[in-house]
Amino acid sequence: MLEIKNLHVKLEDEDKQILNGLDLTVEAGKVHAIMGPNGSGKSTLSYVLSGRDGYEVTEGSATLEGEDLLEMEPEERAAAGIFLAFQYPVEIPGVGNMTFLRTAMNSQRKARGEEELSAADFLKMVRAKAKDLKIDADMLKRPVNVGFSGGEKKRNEILQMAMLEPKMCILDETDSGLDVDAMKLVAEGVNALRDEGRGFLVITHYQRLLDHIKPDVVHILAGGRIVKTGGPELALEVENNGYAGILAEVS
Amino acid sequence: MALADVKQSATEARLAALSMPEGGCLAASRKAALSRVQTLGLPGRRDEYWKYTRPETLTAAEAPKASVFASDEAPMFNEFDRLQVVFVDGVFDADASDDLSLEGVTIDRIADICAQDIHWAKDLYGVLEARGQSPVARPLAALNTAFAQDGVAIHVTGTPRKPINLVYVHSAEISDAILHHVIRVEAGAEATILENGPAASRFNNCMEVDIADTGKLHLVRAQGRDHERRAVTHMFARLGSESVFKSFSLTVNGILTRNEAVIELLGDDAIAHVAGACVGDGEVHHDDTVFITHDAVNCESRQVFKKVLRNGATGVFQGKILVKKDAQKTDGYQISQALLLDDDSQFLAKPELEIYADDVICSHGSTTGAIDEEALFYLRSRGISTGEATDLLTLAFLAEAVDEVEDREMADAIVARLEGWLSRRR
Repeated sequence: MLEIKNLHVKLEDEDKQILNGLDLTVEAGKVHAIMGPNGSGKSTLSYVLSGRDGYEVTEGSATLEGEDLLEMEPEERAAAGIFLAFQYPVEIPGVGNMTFLRTAMNSQRKARGEEELSAADFLKMVRAKAKDLKIDADMLKRPVNVGFSGGEKKRNEILQMAMLEPKMCILDETDSGLDVDAMKLVAEGVNALRDEGRGFLVITHYQRLLDHIKPDVVHILAGGRIVKTGGPELALEVENNGYAGILAEVS
Repeated sequence: MALADVKQSATEARLAALSMPEGGCLAASRKAALSRVQTLGLPGRRDEYWKYTRPETLTAAEAPKASVFASDEAPMFNEFDRLQVVFVDGVFDADASDDLSLEGVTIDRIADICAQDIHWAKDLYGVLEARGQSPVARPLAALNTAFAQDGVAIHVTGTPRKPINLVYVHSAEISDAILHHVIRVEAGAEATILENGPAASRFNNCMEVDIADTGKLHLVRAQGRDHERRAVTHMFARLGSESVFKSFSLTVNGILTRNEAVIELLGDDAIAHVAGACVGDGEVHHDDTVFITHDAVNCESRQVFKKVLRNGATGVFQGKILVKKDAQKTDGYQISQALLLDDDSQFLAKPELEIYADDVICSHGSTTGAIDEEALFYLRSRGISTGEATDLLTLAFLAEAVDEVEDREMADAIVARLEGWLSRRR
């Protein structure tokens, strides 16, 4: 599904290398978790994959089902199947949540040469999916993320994911700012989307989220590279010993 | 004080090119207005009030040429049931207009005010304009009162079931339309007036609005997309107790448009909202100049002006709230914002507050900004193209102004128009 090879990334505006030869393959149907200390390059990885400005790829490649992601505009990546659940979802005053969702869905369908969804079908679909995530009609009507609590924002991210049905979901610290109940709700939303044809990359600081979204593979990112890969037990090791122990062991 | 030579000669040249219509019972009002013009002189580049907008083409003896704009769109407000009053190059066209009778309102041409002996109109014509000359002079409005060729007197006595639509049609490449409307809304009465269409190559429009206690008037105006027009409009409004005046203008393009609103809140608990949304692309100059005077207790005023500018367009906002000594409990709000879609466009703003009462709430703000890059990336990351995402954010920016239109269907129609215009320019 997602294949990243020897990825080197620096900041565009300063001479600062963030990723240093990152290799990662996420297979369809699998959930990979990436853990790592602050500044290890976790968020940069998610932004580079989704096409945010400000980063320069100096070496390496990233492909989705064989297609070169790095050559595509952000909207093309989305249509190809990339979805980033933001760590800090953006508030957009004046743009209704429903308008936003519908425009996004139809843009992607158009880009893929599919027919646009009718207003009635869209409504039916959004109502059903919103209900699962305990998103009420009021939240759907309000401007995108405006006045939403931290938990509501993250649920809204998962709603978008559920509606857009991407092939590759990247969750950037989706657990940050969530209480236990909200985290459970979000995790249930994610688990409902687990599917043979879909890959997940879950970026997190803590093991906590991985209690709810059980990963198949866990990677430790440090200094812009994957330094260790293992099963779910690796996340527990981080929880118990911190990153310091693992990093010392690797070096 | 004598006028400067330059101003004197420019004013004389303009006046020489005009002839005053038969005044009848309005003759005295027209002559008084002419003497105001002669005393004040027409605006020139050195006038502070015209610092950001060059008045030359508005004051020149000859109207500049403008090609007649051919639009492939249905006229604005077409989808609404309305009573149309049509003016071609500033002259009433009875054949193109609807039957002017409608329950709750009486509509007459200003030329008929004397013959029909319409007292209220006689007593209003030129009066609010004259009041509006102080503390800031508005000579082009006085010129209008003196020389207006046509216009209507609208007397709202009930609640007409449909809006009155003043439709302006531009026909001759060189046309110099001067229209003057007087509107009186009686106690408890409520009406909506719509204005749209390119009026002429040069248009000077003046509206005097007198709202009695508890009367309500909604005004929705659409200007554009005719690119080559030059227009100056004045809206003078006087509000009685518990009366409501809400005005919204949608402006698209235009070489030169200056919309002045001069509003006096004279009765307690009155409400005045003036709003404008402007989309300018290219050789566009759009000026909103607003002066609101609070002279009664517990009144509310709102000014909400938003402009989206690109490819060298210029936006101007001069907005003032004057709160007189006894206008306690005033609630005044003023916001003017521009969204610049490139580095070539500019927004010039002069917000002013002058407050003499001590128990008031007045807030004002003015901002100039670009598209929010974070928001743009968020939308694009969901598959929305840069163009469509920019349009969404642009409409979102304009929403606060469009929301001032109380009728939701009307507001939706305006948004739909804006969407269409934005997407064709993408």
